[in-house]
Amino acid sequence: MSTAADFQFNVKQNWCPGCGDFSVQAAIQRALAAVNVEPHEVVIVSGIGCSSRLPGYVNAYGFHTTHGRSLPLAQGVKLANPNLTVLACGGDGDGFAIGIGHTIHAMRRDVDITYIVMDNHVYGLTKGQVSPRSDLGFKTKTSPEGSTERPVSALELALSAGAGFVAQGFSKDLNELALLIEAGIRHRGFSFINVFSPCVTFNKVNTYEWYSQRIKKLSEIEGYDPANRVEAMRCVMEYEGLVTGRIYER
Amino acid sequence: MVRQISWKIGGQQGEGIESAGDLLAQGLSWQGYHLYGYRVFSSRIRGGHTNYNLRMSSTPIASIADNVDVLFALDQETIALCAHELSVDGWIIADELFAPILPEGTAARLMIAPLTALATQAGSAKMKNVVAVGLTAAMLGISPAAFEAPLRERFHGKGETIMQANLTALRSGWDYAEKTRPEIKAAYQLDTGDGVRRLYMIGNEAISRGAIAAGAKFMAAYPITPASEIMEAMVKRLPKLGGAMIQTEDEIAACMMAIGANYAGVRAFTATSGPGLSLMAESIGLAGMTETPLVVIDVQRGGPSTGLPTKHEQSDIMAAIFSTHGDAPKIVMAPDSPAAAYPDTVEAFNLAEEYQCPVILLSDMQLSLGTQTMELLPIEGVPMRRGNLKLAADLPELAKNQYFKRYQVTADGVSPRVIPGTNNGIHHVTGLEHDETGRPFEGVVNRIAQTDKRLRKLSTVVGHFPEPLRTDAPFAKSKLLIIGVGASSGPIAEALLRLRKEGVTVNHAQVRLLHPFPGEKLQELLDAAETVVVVEHNATAQLASLIRANSSQGRKIYSVLKYDGNPFRPEEIANGCRGVL
Repeated sequence: MSTAADFQFNVKQNWCPGCGDFSVQAAIQRALAAVNVEPHEVVIVSGIGCSSRLPGYVNAYGFHTTHGRSLPLAQGVKLANPNLTVLACGGDGDGFAIGIGHTIHAMRRDVDITYIVMDNHVYGLTKGQVSPRSDLGFKTKTSPEGSTERPVSALELALSAGAGFVAQGFSKDLNELALLIEAGIRHRGFSFINVFSPCVTFNKVNTYEWYSQRIKKLSEIEGYDPANRVEAMRCVMEYEGLVTGRIYER
Repeated sequence: MVRQISWKIGGQQGEGIESAGDLLAQGLSWQGYHLYGYRVFSSRIRGGHTNYNLRMSSTPIASIADNVDVLFALDQETIALCAHELSVDGWIIADELFAPILPEGTAARLMIAPLTALATQAGSAKMKNVVAVGLTAAMLGISPAAFEAPLRERFHGKGETIMQANLTALRSGWDYAEKTRPEIKAAYQLDTGDGVRRLYMIGNEAISRGAIAAGAKFMAAYPITPASEIMEAMVKRLPKLGGAMIQTEDEIAACMMAIGANYAGVRAFTATSGPGLSLMAESIGLAGMTETPLVVIDVQRGGPSTGLPTKHEQSDIMAAIFSTHGDAPKIVMAPDSPAAAYPDTVEAFNLAEEYQCPVILLSDMQLSLGTQTMELLPIEGVPMRRGNLKLAADLPELAKNQYFKRYQVTADGVSPRVIPGTNNGIHHVTGLEHDETGRPFEGVVNRIAQTDKRLRKLSTVVGHFPEPLRTDAPFAKSKLLIIGVGASSGPIAEALLRLRKEGVTVNHAQVRLLHPFPGEKLQELLDAAETVVVVEHNATAQLASLIRANSSQGRKIYSVLKYDGNPFRPEEIANGCRGVL
């Protein structure tokens, strides 16, 4: 039996105090213990960005790769050794800008890995540039007049690309997030979990409070059926992507 | 009786040019002839000129010939494009259907033959290519029966009617020459073949077999000419061996997936051409920095950019060595023949694990797509060297909050490697500079120690590599030294014989290891030569630059360069050498 503590590695994260990524790490450790794998049976693969430093903070095999390329490498690991539990993680720049091609094709290919995006709508490691998940009008160092490009609809994209497991969590709700990641790991095939993980330093708009005021929990929608893909798409569109929970599972 | 002839058939893509050449080659190879086939084609499926040059000989050959002796032309364009290649007493055999015209000043003779008409009589105009093979058999003085067995094999499963029609077409081409064309009947009677059945295949097939022999279980690749045959061969074979070939969304994904599989302990590779190699540059650097084994096959074609996608060139030499940013450790090797590509591919996988770094195997289009008779080593008993790989039983217990020292600084620079899943082996892997456990670390002492370690590994490669230079150097002092790389070994060998016949003392070295460069080994040959000629298929003399950078060479090195997309003919090399002597 493994415990969440077994996955804890004694290293100081270089995330800002209050960063949403802390609870993502905690949720991953809880989920790994819940599916009862040993640390040496786990590989966490990441790209480049603040959130992509996560594998170095967990007691498991970790591979911190190049920007946007965590998914192809993670698929190679899983295909080479299906006995490993393989997680990929990174930020919204990693998964929806430079790496969006891999994201779509990994969803189509359906290799049994779990992909966790720590979505903060901004580039943090490079100190505050616009991201493909930034809202219209969002002002950054590289969008001083406000972003003019529409944000990528992460959940709609995942549903249409054929992902067999689509979920969304919020860093403030660790319990729900850990359960979603656990369900993603248990799902046979590619699992996608988008996490609203606020950047407290470079995003003063999409804050914990901002999300708390807007998020609709699917568990509160009576009769919501995650097996119904059409319903999942309708719900995601209706709430403009601001939902948390298990959205779809094939 | 002649020792060898050069035959060519040309027409539009989709007219059966390739199958005519393959059918002729298969029949001849079963008689024990040595063959060298080379196709010219365009980047489209139907239409566009294509031709197939087949050189046949009773003794071993490894190059296209200087001239074409017999040209079968299925259209006027073929005559226009190829007539100048014909030898003085050669034959152009043209289909009467298009009312062929011989261009003014053509030395060869024209024979108009009813290829399409005979094929139509046999059942379908499409079989004009088979009629041409029958006619060729008569010119070679070989019974058409020699081609019946391969024809049956090719059309097996297409029904008795189609098979019989093709046999009739073959026979009618032969009859036509035998009965009505005394001037060409047995005009090119070949010396008897030795009866040994050899493999007749492209270099890409030899590379694929090498990968299987090496124990590769995983390939990820993106289609690209002229490398796609390798992924096509692997997708047929790997699933039967419990492995897989994945066609990825791009070359970056292909390279990263192969790195992931290697990291997880499976021998894995990718294959591409120049544009793909450019896309892989960053990933190759990651494999270098993380000391993950990786094999990348780069089949060079004409560049830069999309360049000449279906033509021969050797212009990725510098890109293979230097395109990755930073001081990235890697090994770049270049097999010198399709037959050598088989053991060399095995070696690439062994080196990748022993040195824990990317190995780029540079092929070129002539080597990869030229078809050649060859004898291969058996797959059984091929040694698999996995280097400093540690299994769980080798590892002491790891204390809590400790990582395994995956990047331990060692005397030879090679650190112990464990694969994920191994108990007590947990460590971190990152493209960032890191300490011995793999954790990101920028300290200056560590930075220098890790950089030196990564590069120190390579210091033994030259001594370890099988024949970094393949030499034919009988002269202690030579008037001339010819240096080449890749598939040019064939035409260089022929040029060498001619020059020696003319009394020139000439040595030859084919460079098979490009990085790290075997400079010291080459120095002896350079010192022994009065003049040095470097033969290569690019405009910027890339190999010559490498030689200059890696040797102390006071005298001038001359270059014989070709970058029109076509492989060297032996006489071009001989003439280039005569020009500087």
